[in-house]
Amino acid sequence: MTERTSNCPNCGAPVAFRWSSSVQTVCEYCKSILVRTDVDLKKVGQVADLPPDASPIQITTEGKYGDRAFVVVGRIIYEYEQGNWNEWHIVFNDGKDGWLSDAQDEYVISFQQDIGNLPPPDKAPVGTQFEWKKIRFAVTSRTNAHYAGVEGELPFEYWDKEDVIFIDLRSEQGDFATLDYSEPEKPALYIGKAVDFDDLRLTNVRKFEGW
Amino acid sequence: MLESGPKKQIPAVSVRSLNCPNCGATVTLRSFGQAINVVCSGCHSILDAQNPQVQVLQQFKVKMKWDPLIPLGSRGKLRGTMWEVIGFQRREIEVDDVTYGWGEYLLFNPYQGFRYLTEYDGHWNYVSPLRSLPEARSTGLNTVRYLNETYKRFQTANAKTAYVIGEFPWQVRFGETYQVTDYVCPPRVLSSEGSEKEVTWSLGEYMSGKDIWKAFSLPGAPPPAVGVYENQPSPLGDTPKKIWRYWFFLFLAALVLQVYNSVTSPEQAVFTHSYTFDTQATGEPSFVTEEFYLKSPDSPVKVETQADLNNNWIYLNYALINVDTGQAWDFSREVSYYSGYDDGAWSEGDRNDSVTLPAVPSGRYYLRVEPEGDKNTGAINYSVKLTRGVPTPIWFVIACGLLLVPAIMLSWRSISFEHRRWEESDSGQPGVASVLSSLVHQSSGDKNDS
Repeated sequence: MTERTSNCPNCGAPVAFRWSSSVQTVCEYCKSILVRTDVDLKKVGQVADLPPDASPIQITTEGKYGDRAFVVVGRIIYEYEQGNWNEWHIVFNDGKDGWLSDAQDEYVISFQQDIGNLPPPDKAPVGTQFEWKKIRFAVTSRTNAHYAGVEGELPFEYWDKEDVIFIDLRSEQGDFATLDYSEPEKPALYIGKAVDFDDLRLTNVRKFEGW
Repeated sequence: MLESGPKKQIPAVSVRSLNCPNCGATVTLRSFGQAINVVCSGCHSILDAQNPQVQVLQQFKVKMKWDPLIPLGSRGKLRGTMWEVIGFQRREIEVDDVTYGWGEYLLFNPYQGFRYLTEYDGHWNYVSPLRSLPEARSTGLNTVRYLNETYKRFQTANAKTAYVIGEFPWQVRFGETYQVTDYVCPPRVLSSEGSEKEVTWSLGEYMSGKDIWKAFSLPGAPPPAVGVYENQPSPLGDTPKKIWRYWFFLFLAALVLQVYNSVTSPEQAVFTHSYTFDTQATGEPSFVTEEFYLKSPDSPVKVETQADLNNNWIYLNYALINVDTGQAWDFSREVSYYSGYDDGAWSEGDRNDSVTLPAVPSGRYYLRVEPEGDKNTGAINYSVKLTRGVPTPIWFVIACGLLLVPAIMLSWRSISFEHRRWEESDSGQPGVASVLSSLVHQSSGDKNDS
């Protein structure tokens, strides 16, 4: 299958999609945020300079989750009062996508769940327990964060959001869950597992001066 | 479908530094973009590492400067990963108006993230953040379970930051206090550190100062470890448990040997004779028997006396004498038997008596017998029988006893070590029961390991 390419409506540079289901991408040259329409690409915004970033991951980094190979195609940088973290959009060989989050080099791979009846944010203080997919989770932290930058391909439009509540949960077996209230009326649930950097077997990672 | 795009080559992330807005000193940022706060080592200003030009978040005066034992910027390999020391905090707790302080070193690797080293009185721990929650136990708040091991609550205290230097991936403040609870399962310790918004758990593994010094190639010697630390492994390890296992196996072996001996040893009657003793007769009652031969190897000799008694007694002074060496085994036996009918039949004593002499060497022997009895009794018929090769349990008993000595000594040392550990706990008295139960927990934890 060939890579699907178009041209940036802003600067004319070629824009390639690595994943056929991507909804949004960012022009590598002029940093225009581009959204796919039926016929072409539409510029919806502009990415400002990305905040200083120390993630060893970058777009095009490849890795393994168990025996499933993935490649990093996009990311969202969130900023909160204690700093920022990256949600890397990863796409697997079989065309499915997921997220590799990197918060201060703590790595979690998670997948969006199709589960209804999720609690509103005020019903989930720290310590509250929930059960999804037969896993018992407890709320461990609540974070107010906002978009601080996007890069590459995303499965949805995301470029000018206000502060969003994120509720993180953990199980006693190493499972992670996040309730994402980007759309307060329609929270999204992601469930995944903590992963070791070494187990991800990442290639094409960034280099650090002196390391 | 997925296409792999061109490999972008972004230049290596470079080390940044900034100038302290307060004193102008150069402050190196070792964690690339990860640091949230950095402390100027010159003037102790806490700076916003994300936006350093404008912000002095806090400045603190210290009565005492606590220099980290491992200087900032040092690198060392722990658990196969290279780590750089990028931050140091001294934290203190107060118990009964006494201040106890420890050092916390923040370690960084740009791929693996953050770990910690803690040091208290020469005791070190390598600490990693926990990924899954420990299981709270239904038995109460005093134990938690993590990865199939039980951790016992050791101490809860409010830890206050008393000195801080270097950089941190979170907001750090002088004087900030968090509640810290430690649960121990030597050599590991689980710690929870709490605020309203977030409770974080970490797992520490005990390390010796020597190993830290080696890993970071530090000059000189580490400070000596004082006392017994909460998760310090016992120097005896699981030796006490092992030695009891050995004791049990040796006991079984001795028992098997004993049973085998008694089943197979060739019992041999070497001498049998019947006599009559007339208590009313005058003259010397003692006499010697004919000679008999006791064969190799050295083994016990059983002497059986059977007397036809009826409401009377006989007392026999025996001597087994070696013809060639004159060595004698002196022993005496009283045989008595009484019976009657009061409120039913009764009897007391036994007409048969048996005694075993341990390990009698081979050789020619005779028996000297001197009977005594009540003057009024009259004639008593009795017989004497000697049997060679009768197994005796004496060596078995001695062996088991001797084997017990090291087992008991090691267990005592182990218990006193646990006692010293739990003396420092706020979980109540380090009674023998709690010490013993901690030993049991330790061994049950070991079981789960294997």
